[in-house]
Amino acid sequence: MRNLFAALAGSLFGTGLLVSGMTDTRKVQGWLDIFGQWDPTLAFVMGGAILPMAVAWIYARGRNPLMGGQFPAPPEQKLGRNLILGSILFGMGWGLVGLCPGPAMASLSFGGPGVWIFVLAMVAGMWAAPHVRMRLDALNASA
Amino acid sequence: MPVEWIFGLIGGLIIGTAGAVFLLANGRIMGASGLIGGLVDGSGRANSNERLAFLAGLVGMPMIIAHVFGFVPETAVTGNIAALVAAGLLVGIGTRVANGCTSGHGVCGISRLSLRGIVATVFYIGAGGLTVVVFRHLLGVI
Repeated sequence: MRNLFAALAGSLFGTGLLVSGMTDTRKVQGWLDIFGQWDPTLAFVMGGAILPMAVAWIYARGRNPLMGGQFPAPPEQKLGRNLILGSILFGMGWGLVGLCPGPAMASLSFGGPGVWIFVLAMVAGMWAAPHVRMRLDALNASA
Repeated sequence: MPVEWIFGLIGGLIIGTAGAVFLLANGRIMGASGLIGGLVDGSGRANSNERLAFLAGLVGMPMIIAHVFGFVPETAVTGNIAALVAAGLLVGIGTRVANGCTSGHGVCGISRLSLRGIVATVFYIGAGGLTVVVFRHLLGVI
């Protein structure tokens, strides 16, 4: 059952990404391009997505997940260097070609070889990330 | 209101519903980079089936929409291989070091007013904007 709900969530996520136009790299880069022809679509997507999600978080209070277990603990308040540095690196890659992990996966079946090259490099980056994080933590500790 | 904004809003509501299903049913945060990354680096071995099922839906449903229903969205992905490899590496390393991407920090984090989610979103949008300005308007390569 858990896997069924996970597949349902993934299917909805993929459908939403297609409908919203977020698999179109021009819309993403258009949102980031404040000095060009600025495209505000992404703000509508974000706003639309945050709405049901906020309701879900409120509903989750004092309850347990349908499939058992517990809801995630309240978010950490500590920011940390990794959060900032990682987000900057991610944003650079996102701006460079207009793809982030969700839309890249969603467009694997129709986006052509470019999407595959991106996803393979992304997987390589994710594989390397724990090592990068270890180095960063060592640097932070010695600083 | 341009039709793209309306589709953006409707698509966004579907994305948020996806996150709500994953949270309320399975008690999990729908973050694309975390779900993939946990499979790649082995940290998500305990619930790898759930991750694979999610990814099957994420890749499979658009495949059905595109190849069965014939609605093939435009992606306009660059043909610049160096840019694709660099961007993929940056996204892969960055999202895992920051512990989240647009879906995890953006959608799921901001919706519960997580300070980390909000700060991450400000920094990746800022860095993305700066990158587009530099590579498109100053260097003219994208």
